[in-house]
Amino acid sequence: MEVVEKKNKNKKYKPILEDIPDWPVYQLSKNRKEFIESVAQKSIAQIKELRPTTKQLLDELQTTVYREQQRMKRNRWRVDPVDEPRFWASVKDELVGLDAKPPEEAQPKAEELLRRIVMRYAEEIAGNFKASSYKVTREVVKFWFARLLNGARVKKFGAFFRNRYTLRDKIHIVGKVKHLRNLASKGTVIMVPTHFSNLDSILIGWVIHSLGLPAFIYGAGLNLFNIKIFAYFMNSLGAYKVDRRKKNLPYLETLKLYSTLAIQKGAHSLFFPGGTRSRSGMLEKQLKLGLLSSTVEAQRSLYMETPPGEDVRKIFIVPVTLNYHFVLEAPDLIDDYLSVKGQERYLPEQDKYGSWQLLQFLFKFFTKGSNISVSIGRGLDIIGNYVDDNGNSLDAQGRVIDTRDYFVSDNQITIDKQREDEYTRMLSQKIVSEYHRINRVFASHLVAFVAFEMWQKMHAKLDLFGLLRLPEEDQVIRYEEFREACKRVRKQIYALKAEGKVYHATHLKGNIDLVIRHGLDNVGIFHLKRPLLLNKEGNVITKDFNTLYYYHNRLVGYDLEKFI
Amino acid sequence: MTSKSLSDDKPVGVIGAGNFGSVVANLLAQHRPVLLYARDPQAVEHINTHRENRGHTMLANVRATSDLAEIANTCDVIFPIVPSQHFRSVIRQLSPHLHPYHILIHGTKGFDLTLPDGQSIENTAKLNRSQVKTMSEVIMEESVAVRVGCLAGPNLSKELAAGHPAATVIASHFNEVISLGKRMLRNDHFQVYGNNDTVGVELAGVLKNIIAIAAGALSGLGYGENAKGLLISRGMVEMIYLGRALGGNTKAFLGVAGVGDLVTTCNSSLSRNFSIGSRLAKGETLQEILATTDEVAEGINTIRIVKKCADYYKVRAPITNTLYQVLFEDLTVHQALRYLMRYPLNVDIDFI
Repeated sequence: MEVVEKKNKNKKYKPILEDIPDWPVYQLSKNRKEFIESVAQKSIAQIKELRPTTKQLLDELQTTVYREQQRMKRNRWRVDPVDEPRFWASVKDELVGLDAKPPEEAQPKAEELLRRIVMRYAEEIAGNFKASSYKVTREVVKFWFARLLNGARVKKFGAFFRNRYTLRDKIHIVGKVKHLRNLASKGTVIMVPTHFSNLDSILIGWVIHSLGLPAFIYGAGLNLFNIKIFAYFMNSLGAYKVDRRKKNLPYLETLKLYSTLAIQKGAHSLFFPGGTRSRSGMLEKQLKLGLLSSTVEAQRSLYMETPPGEDVRKIFIVPVTLNYHFVLEAPDLIDDYLSVKGQERYLPEQDKYGSWQLLQFLFKFFTKGSNISVSIGRGLDIIGNYVDDNGNSLDAQGRVIDTRDYFVSDNQITIDKQREDEYTRMLSQKIVSEYHRINRVFASHLVAFVAFEMWQKMHAKLDLFGLLRLPEEDQVIRYEEFREACKRVRKQIYALKAEGKVYHATHLKGNIDLVIRHGLDNVGIFHLKRPLLLNKEGNVITKDFNTLYYYHNRLVGYDLEKFI
Repeated sequence: MTSKSLSDDKPVGVIGAGNFGSVVANLLAQHRPVLLYARDPQAVEHINTHRENRGHTMLANVRATSDLAEIANTCDVIFPIVPSQHFRSVIRQLSPHLHPYHILIHGTKGFDLTLPDGQSIENTAKLNRSQVKTMSEVIMEESVAVRVGCLAGPNLSKELAAGHPAATVIASHFNEVISLGKRMLRNDHFQVYGNNDTVGVELAGVLKNIIAIAAGALSGLGYGENAKGLLISRGMVEMIYLGRALGGNTKAFLGVAGVGDLVTTCNSSLSRNFSIGSRLAKGETLQEILATTDEVAEGINTIRIVKKCADYYKVRAPITNTLYQVLFEDLTVHQALRYLMRYPLNVDIDFI
């Protein structure tokens, strides 16, 4: 029994900038040297402003050296350069005794050391976009995905080389696609997707390409560069490196300025503002403000530094949600979440997947249902106002706002860090509410939510951890009751959709039995232990409360609980 | 760091020429020219010719106008001081003229209520924060202004006008707004503090009206200072519970806008809230009281709204609940007091 899916009308989009040399990211890597130099200069200026006296600067340098040496002792990675210990040892040597010297003598020496450190960091962070390897990567991915898809789906000899299916049949892109393309040609786009899975960045990379947009720069965890093949892909996609082990001030400032200046230069960027993958399966509620604040800062600098008479390049923030039936890492993520939240009340079970499971997953992904959808939200300006297709910011009444005015005090643009922090906070709240608004509810989310909430209600006296510890084999929900609850919740989802508070997939409509079947068939489809199944009597059972909880969390935050 | 170059001759706007509006206009006029908005052209005329409004002598620096667009076009900083029931509509009229560079610091203590058509405060069972807004939230909803703040504290218009020592709080998420407000309002007998919890400070200013009615009731019953001490301390605790449920932090309630304003209001027999409480205690009903006053005390509305919010958020609010019963059901003040004195929960402080 197949639930009818609306014919996917995704079409192919023409690139908005035909030649790679026109792409901002290409320009950036072509002038890599100068760019790194200017990042370093600005970071140094910024750090000197934050640590104005010689003593403070020296303290900062000493802390940095100490932390770096600790990091090297405790947690070295393959990707770390070999000359690292030597470099930090020499910095340490030169720092010795400097604080005993008079400030006039120590200051230039300290600045020189700072410069060496910052240059090193800037070199490390900077991406290395190569047009040739971008093209290779793109073609390789496209070719193999198409082979897999067609070989698996079309059951005919020679199907392997057909092109009946493309990734576009697998991944639905919905929402404001044209709007996004318009914005990308009018200004700088910062795409901010939700983050659930390690596949997200590959998926988004594909989305960006298939929408005809130039490559986006993207801060990828340095740990990914440990794996050579990943490093190749990442580099070719314009990724810059983010090392989460380094928390010292010079590093953080350099990293932030790298992203700020790249945005200022017009490089479209991709941030996962949640910071890491959502551990609980909930939509992000708290965003990391550090990188977001660089967008506000970049916009202000553009207003300040663009010569009068020229158009100021505007920055647009575009929220995106990724909607899955299945998240490969779900069992691990939810384990992480629960052990942090529950502490001693939660004992994780060991149930890891290996590379064999990964292959299995890829094969199943291409052969079975389980589609993915990507919802593109409406563009926002740096403070969270909607923008129109021409990039004008609009207020709630649809009047055009001059974004420049947000930085104006007494008729001139001023730099006010605290004000910009506040704008960043406002922007992040807006992004979170947009996530909830453009989120697409799948049948699998619905059934997971309803089932978990029903169990919760049956055991009203147990807290979350008590509930998760119940023996799974004894828990049954009668299908009739389950069906009614699903209907009620679905009705409320329709109501929310009518108010513009959420979206749902087309497969959510129609005969409820079919929708439930679709949901049950797909929820956490490739896990070893399925979160939801029907037993022989046709009633609902679970094999794994934890992952059920994970998939259920997707619909938390819409006040649907009271309809159970 | 910012706006240190703010030219000192740029006028500041005040919207609302009521009692408090006039006093604030005069405070500001000590530093800057002031443009004062009054809805009524006759009042504008009167202020500009006689330099007098509602018994306040207006300083020479104050000019009145009935044109909101003029205020927005000439002033970067505007103080809306309009009763809460008109606040939204005034901001709506002002909104087309506002830009993101405008700074708005309001001085209104009350809630804004937006209900779906066909519903009124009488017939809704429960209220939550999507329907009940503070004034700064109204400004943010209705206009593009984001640099918003509020003014709250023990500021009895009469004493301020007489130049007695007093203090106020400017609350805003933006340090820029706070430091600007300080510079504009501060003088030798007026101290200005800053706070970053806008909503907390606004809530403190609104919720204390409830306790003011209760204070009036105690005094109407003829009780003395012990009773007042009891009320203020328990009232404070209740305000904090309610305030936290509605989105404020505890700290705001311990400052000038919280305990400071509370003590002043509970001791001031001049306030409308206080006199309503006192008349209730003497046996009058709400209808009788409303029949004889032309202005609605902010506190009555506040009790109605807060009671329904407390139900929604499941907050313990015995004082508010019993006052609600006295005002809108047929509990007498005596019964209410007896009930409160027997209230079983008696932990002193459990929120810090």
